[in-house]
Amino acid sequence: MHPAASVILFTTASGAGYGLLALLGLLAPIGAVPSGSWFGFTALGLSLGLITLGLLSSTFHLGHRERAWRAMSQWRSSWLSREGVSALATYLPAGLFGIVWIFFGAVSGFLGVLAAIGGAVTVYCTGMIYRSLKPIRRWHNPLVVPVYLAFALMTGALWLNVLARLFGEGSSLLSLIVLLSIVLAWALKVRYWRAVDNATGESTPGTATGLGRFGEVRLLDPPHTQENYLMREMGFQVARKHSEKLRHLALGIGFFIPVVFAFMLVFVGGGYGAFLALVTAIGGSIGVVIERWLFFAEAKHTVTLYYGEQAA
Amino acid sequence: MTSLPKSPPPKRLGLVIDLDVCVGCHACVVNCKEWNTGGYPAPLSDQSPYGAGASGSWLNRVHGFDVGDGDSGRTVHFPKSCLHCENAACVTVCPTGASYKREADGIVLVDEDRCIGCGLCAWACPYGARELDGESRVMKKCTLCIDRIYNENLEEIDRVPACVATCPTSARSFGDLADPESEVAKKVAERGGYDLMPEMGYGPTNKYLPPRPRKTEAGATGAPAALETAAPDGGFLGWLDAVLSR
Repeated sequence: MHPAASVILFTTASGAGYGLLALLGLLAPIGAVPSGSWFGFTALGLSLGLITLGLLSSTFHLGHRERAWRAMSQWRSSWLSREGVSALATYLPAGLFGIVWIFFGAVSGFLGVLAAIGGAVTVYCTGMIYRSLKPIRRWHNPLVVPVYLAFALMTGALWLNVLARLFGEGSSLLSLIVLLSIVLAWALKVRYWRAVDNATGESTPGTATGLGRFGEVRLLDPPHTQENYLMREMGFQVARKHSEKLRHLALGIGFFIPVVFAFMLVFVGGGYGAFLALVTAIGGSIGVVIERWLFFAEAKHTVTLYYGEQAA
Repeated sequence: MTSLPKSPPPKRLGLVIDLDVCVGCHACVVNCKEWNTGGYPAPLSDQSPYGAGASGSWLNRVHGFDVGDGDSGRTVHFPKSCLHCENAACVTVCPTGASYKREADGIVLVDEDRCIGCGLCAWACPYGARELDGESRVMKKCTLCIDRIYNENLEEIDRVPACVATCPTSARSFGDLADPESEVAKKVAERGGYDLMPEMGYGPTNKYLPPRPRKTEAGATGAPAALETAAPDGGFLGWLDAVLSR
């Protein structure tokens, strides 16, 4: 599948934003992150900024951006619509949580939990958009949603840790969450890779044409002389060629470096700690961008079976 | 609107395509483009149509496949357009309700004024029946020529999809597949009409009729049977035939 930059930016940025929001909503009320107004302003500002940036960027791949508001209407059947509704609805508890915190100095546990639920539900819907698509075998997998949730948690934790340390108050609970979330996210991803690599799709050129009963089905003539929309959108090939190298790169930058640094962070505080946290967060985020790019680029659509692919 | 009709439509209008008869002439492809560019709902645009890298939206395309090997090998011309599925995921994934399935006849359509061009319906279609138009930036798909089949200004014989009207070999037929007495339903029953990718569970309405069994004996193809036995009456020629046939 063609990896559109706007969609990758959307899922990584808004994922980190919702992860950050959920952790703030749960950790601030119990005092595991700084409780000052300035910290609340900065952390919620970064979270809602990332979410809003992601949502805006997601409209850039639309043919008609001016009609994007219509996408909220079909929540009864469409996961994309549910995601839109949930994303908008989450602004309410998140905004109130922020106002109460920043202007009245009170960290509301109730509003925090509501915001956390909103963030989790939105990321769940994002994952389900892909999980529900049968024609793309690598997306139609039960591990897709847990991976989306785990990466949102991980990137949210990484950036929350940076902010907490910049404000001079990293907590051991937060350090532990950072470490565990990195391990959890990549463990799920590696399991996912193993699952999708070993599985073969049910659909073949034989079932796609119904001609399998007569023997092997091979493309003789493509239906047109030039590339069409389907081939550009569903027949992306660059990543499959380099997928192994890119996976190693994603694991190296997104997992190994962050996990080593996150372990060191349990013991290091102060300015060094803040710097180390920043490097960890940047590494983890780059790793997630590569991971997300591969998620799109490695996926193959059943329509390619009509264009000469033997498996999808 | 974006949910599928609650009860199965009383009619299931669709196409039956005979793969034994299609000769791959692309007339259906061209007439589809011609009719749907001029008619409902808006042109199917082309990008750089006369230059290098020409590309454009089409609702119907003919693929060519080689199937099997040796004596049982054959070439099959394979036309493909929207199959107007019963469980059309292109409809349920649509976030705006632009993509819908008609309750009366099961035809799947796009309301172009509501389409935001997100492309999700094209991802959800296993058959590649939808293409995003390069000019209008909305999703295009086969309408089963609703502006022909219900058009009272046309002679009744012309109230069929453009691809069906133009097919020089009558490889395509159009009708109500929910009615077991219809011509199309009878053909499907007679010839073992089948679904594409049944494992996906989309329940396509359009059916394909498989190529007929291969005829290898001269007599079975309608050629003079005399070619097989040169001199059935024996005699000198019979003896010669027997010797040379050794």
